Amino acid sequence: MSGPPPISSPPLVVVVGAGPAGSRAALSAARCGARVVLVDSEARVGGRYERQPAAVTDGVIASATHPLELAIASQPRIEHVARATVWALEPGPAPGRHLVHLQQGPADDRGRPPRTLTADALVLCTGAFDRVLPFPGWELPGVVTAGAARTLAEGQRTAVGARAVVSGTGPFLLPAALSLLDVGAHVLGVYEAGNPARWLRSPAAVLRDGGPGRLAELASYAAGLARGRVPYRTRHAVVAAHGRDHVEAVTVARLDAGWHPVPGSEQRLAPVDAVCVGYGFTPQLELPLAAGCAVRDGRVVVDGRQATTVPGVYAAGELTGIAGAQAAAAEGELAGLAAVADLAEHAWATAGGAAAGGAADRAAEGAGTGLAPPPPARVASAAARVRSGQRFGQALARAHPVPGGWRGWLREDTLVCRCEEVSYGELRDAVVARGADGMRALKLACRAGLGACQGRMCGRSTAELAAAFLGSPVADPYATDRRPLAQPIRLGDLAGPPDEPGDVPPDVTPDVTPDPPVSPDTR
Amino acid sequence: MRVLRKEREEDGGADVVVVGSGIVGAACAESLTRRGAQVLVLDRGPLAAGTTACGEGNLLVSGRAPGPALALAQASLRRWPRLLAALREELGPGRAECEYEAKGGLAVAMDDASGAALRAFAAAQRAAGVDARELAPGEAAAFEPHLTRRVRAAVHYPEDAQLQPVLATTSLLAAVRARGGRIRTGVEVTGVETGRDGRRIVGVRTSEGRVPCGAVVNACGPWAGQFAAAAGAPLPVVPRRGTVLVTAPLPHGTVRHTVYDAGYVRAAGSTDAALHVATVVEATQAGTVLIGSSRRRAGFDATLRADVLRALARGAARLFPVLGGVPVMRAYGGFRPYTPDHLPVVGEDPRRPGLWHATGHEGAGIGLAPATGELLAELWAGEPPHVDPEPFRAHRFGPARPFRHSL
Repeated sequence: MSGPPPISSPPLVVVVGAGPAGSRAALSAARCGARVVLVDSEARVGGRYERQPAAVTDGVIASATHPLELAIASQPRIEHVARATVWALEPGPAPGRHLVHLQQGPADDRGRPPRTLTADALVLCTGAFDRVLPFPGWELPGVVTAGAARTLAEGQRTAVGARAVVSGTGPFLLPAALSLLDVGAHVLGVYEAGNPARWLRSPAAVLRDGGPGRLAELASYAAGLARGRVPYRTRHAVVAAHGRDHVEAVTVARLDAGWHPVPGSEQRLAPVDAVCVGYGFTPQLELPLAAGCAVRDGRVVVDGRQATTVPGVYAAGELTGIAGAQAAAAEGELAGLAAVADLAEHAWATAGGAAAGGAADRAAEGAGTGLAPPPPARVASAAARVRSGQRFGQALARAHPVPGGWRGWLREDTLVCRCEEVSYGELRDAVVARGADGMRALKLACRAGLGACQGRMCGRSTAELAAAFLGSPVADPYATDRRPLAQPIRLGDLAGPPDEPGDVPPDVTPDVTPDPPVSPDTR
Repeated sequence: MRVLRKEREEDGGADVVVVGSGIVGAACAESLTRRGAQVLVLDRGPLAAGTTACGEGNLLVSGRAPGPALALAQASLRRWPRLLAALREELGPGRAECEYEAKGGLAVAMDDASGAALRAFAAAQRAAGVDARELAPGEAAAFEPHLTRRVRAAVHYPEDAQLQPVLATTSLLAAVRARGGRIRTGVEVTGVETGRDGRRIVGVRTSEGRVPCGAVVNACGPWAGQFAAAAGAPLPVVPRRGTVLVTAPLPHGTVRHTVYDAGYVRAAGSTDAALHVATVVEATQAGTVLIGSSRRRAGFDATLRADVLRALARGAARLFPVLGGVPVMRAYGGFRPYTPDHLPVVGEDPRRPGLWHATGHEGAGIGLAPATGELLAELWAGEPPHVDPEPFRAHRFGPARPFRHSL
C-alpha cells in the first residue's frame, strides 16, 4: 500500500527543552500514554528556573533528587536525552509529522552521535535568552547577562566578580542580584531602567494572575537586597562601561520615561569588575521558524491550547511570551495534553471513526494507539492557569517596556555587534548610505549578526536601530532569527561516516582551529 | 538616444522602470543612468533581499563551456574591475567597496576519468580565450596546501574572482541615486499598461498606483517568469533551489581559491529537476568558508533538507579533509532563475514592445550582471552591442506569440 507510513504506536511526542514548560509537556503527554523523547542541552532537567546544581563527581551526574527530576526519571514512557542539541528540523513523512535531527554529548566534542527522531507531534519549549542592549563598553570582559551571572552563582557557586552592578529592567534582575550576594560578591547597586511601580499599582492583578506566591517572592527579594544593603534605583541604568582589558568602572545615569539619559545625572562608579545586564528576554525562535510557525511581536503564535499555526507543532513557555515559571509549566502541561488529544483524534479519524463512546474514548480505543484521552477537567484546569499566566505576562510586559531612548546611549564607535565588531556608525552607514533596508541585506552589508552568535545577541537591537534610521519597521524583522541550522555542527559530523575508506583519512589532524566560539547565550 | 519626456517626470514616471533591486536590476539601472536615462527601480521586498543575498559572489569563467554564456562571462569579468574603479571615482572608496578579490579558481578531479574530461574541457576553453592552466601533479598542493592529496588533475583559472553581492548591488544603486535615479522598495509592480496599439508599454501598475514609463525592465530573477506572464509575454524562467553552508571563521589562507570538483560543470549543466550536488569551496574576506553547490527544482519550496546539507558537507570534507573538524555556523538557501537552455534572457521582447528582460542567469547573476546591464543599455540606446545579443533574445523559446490583450 502506498501513502505515508502510519504513525507509530504508541505515537511519539518529541519535546525540545526540559525547562518548566518542556518537563510538564513531557509528563502530561506520557501520562496519557504517548511515548516521549525529551531533548535538552543541559545534563539535568529543570531549565533556568528549576535548575539543578551541576553535581558532577568524577564525571558521574548525581542521581535524581528534585521532585520534577524524579517524576521524569520514574515515568517509563519518557526518554530524557540530555546534553543534546537539535540542529535541524525537517518536514516528516506526512503532514503534521517532523524529522528532528539531534546530536548528543558535550557541545564541543567531535563525533557527537547523531540521531534523527520522527515526531508524530512536536512540542517546542526552547525558552528565551537574556536580552542585552548595546552601550559603550558592553564588549568588555566582565560585562555579562544577568542570567549568566545567576547561572554561574547557582550552578558553580562562583561570583562573576567581586564588585558587581546589575542593570536592566524586569523582576528577574532581583534574583540575579541575590545570587551574587549569596556567593559573596559585593553588589554596588541594582539599576532598574523602568518604573515598575506602575505594575505594583495594581497588586490585585498580580495576586490574581501571578498567585499569592508572586508578591511574597518579590517581597523576599526586596528584603534580601535590604539585608545586603544593596541600593535599588528605578529609572536608572548603566549607560557605559569603562576599562582597558576588563571592565573597571561604569557610568550610571538617570533616565526619563523614554529612557533618554537625563543630562548631568551621570555618575561614575568604580572600581567595578562585573556588570550584569538584562533587558527582558528574547524568545529562541529558530526551531519554530524552521517549522514554519507564525511569529508575531517576537513571539510564537499559539491558540488556546498551545497549538501553533503548523499542524503537529505546539509551543509552550517563553516562546509564547515571558510570564515566569508557573505560567510556563501550565502551558507545557496544556501543550502535552493537546498533542495527545490531537494524535488520538487523528488516529481515530484514520481508523474510520467507527467505534462507539465519547469522542476522546473513541479516539483512543478505536485506533488502538494506547493513548488515554486527557481528562477534560485537567485540560480545563491547565487552560485556566495558562490564561491567568498570560494576563500576568501581559502585565509584566506592560510594566517593563523597552522604550527607544537607549539609542541615545550609543556613540559613533559603540559596537552594535560584538562578534563581528560592527559599530553603530557602520550600521547607520549600511542603512542610510547603502540603502540596506531589510535585515537580510543589512547583515551582509555591514556584517552585524553574521558572527558566532548569529544575531542572537544583536539581531533584535539591530532591527530596532535600522527601523529608527528608516522611520518605519524593517520588512523582514525575523531574518536574523531564521537559522535553518539551529545549532553549529561540525562539518565532519554533518557529513557522516565516509562512503569509501580513505575518503576522509582518519590520520589527518586538522591544524586549523576556528576562532574561539563566543557563546551566544552566556547565561 | 531616448530621453525623458517632461510629463513623465512630473507625474512620477521615468524613462525606464526597473523591476527588481538585485544585482541584475542594479547593473541595468547603473548602465541606463550612465546614458542619461531617468530610471526608477522598484522592488516589492527590501533592497537586494532575494537571490542576490543568497549567493556566494562568484565571478567565474572556469565553469563555462565555449559558447554565448562564456562570451558574456568573459565580457563581464573584464568589466567588473573597471566598473568598480569607475564607481570608486564617482562615489568615493567607501561606497564602492565590495570585497572584490581576483583570487582565481581551481578545478580539480579526483579520479582519472574526470581528470581526462577536465583537461579536455580546459583545452576547449583555452581555444575560446580562457586562461586555463593545467597544473602538474603535485603543483595543486602549492596552490592549496590543505587540498586532499587524492587530486588527479587540476586546472588553475587566474581570471576567476569573487565579490560580496549585496555590497556590489548597493554600490551600483548608490551610483544610480547619485545620478538622479530613484529607488523604491516595498512597492510591487502588478502589471503593465499598453498604449493605443494594445502592445507598446506606456506604464506599469504598482501597489501604489500607476507609473508612466517608456520601458520596463524585468529583472525579477527567479520571479521573472511570473512577472513576464503578468506583462503578457510568458518566459520559461523557474526557480532552482541552492543551499550554502558557512563555517566558523578560519585562519586566512586555509582556502585560497574558489576550489571546485570538476563534476560541477556537469551538475550546473543538468536540466532535470532532481537534486544535483557539485562541491564548491571558497573563503570570504571575513575568514568564513562557503560551501556549495546544490541544485534542485521544486518551485519556491524553501524547506531545509538534511540530505542536501549532508551531501554538501561530504563534498567539502572530500576536497578539504581539514574542514571535517570545523563547525558549520549557518546554512542558507536561495532560488536561481533557471532557463531550460541555461542562457539568460536579455533584451526587448518583440511580443510587448517596451518590455525588456534581464533575467535567467541561474547561478551566475553576480558574475554576469555588468555585461548584462551594459548590453541591455546599449540595445536600449541604439548603440552597437559589445556582445552578440542574439543567443539571449526573449523569443527563442518558441514562436513569437503576439498578445492582443494586456493582463
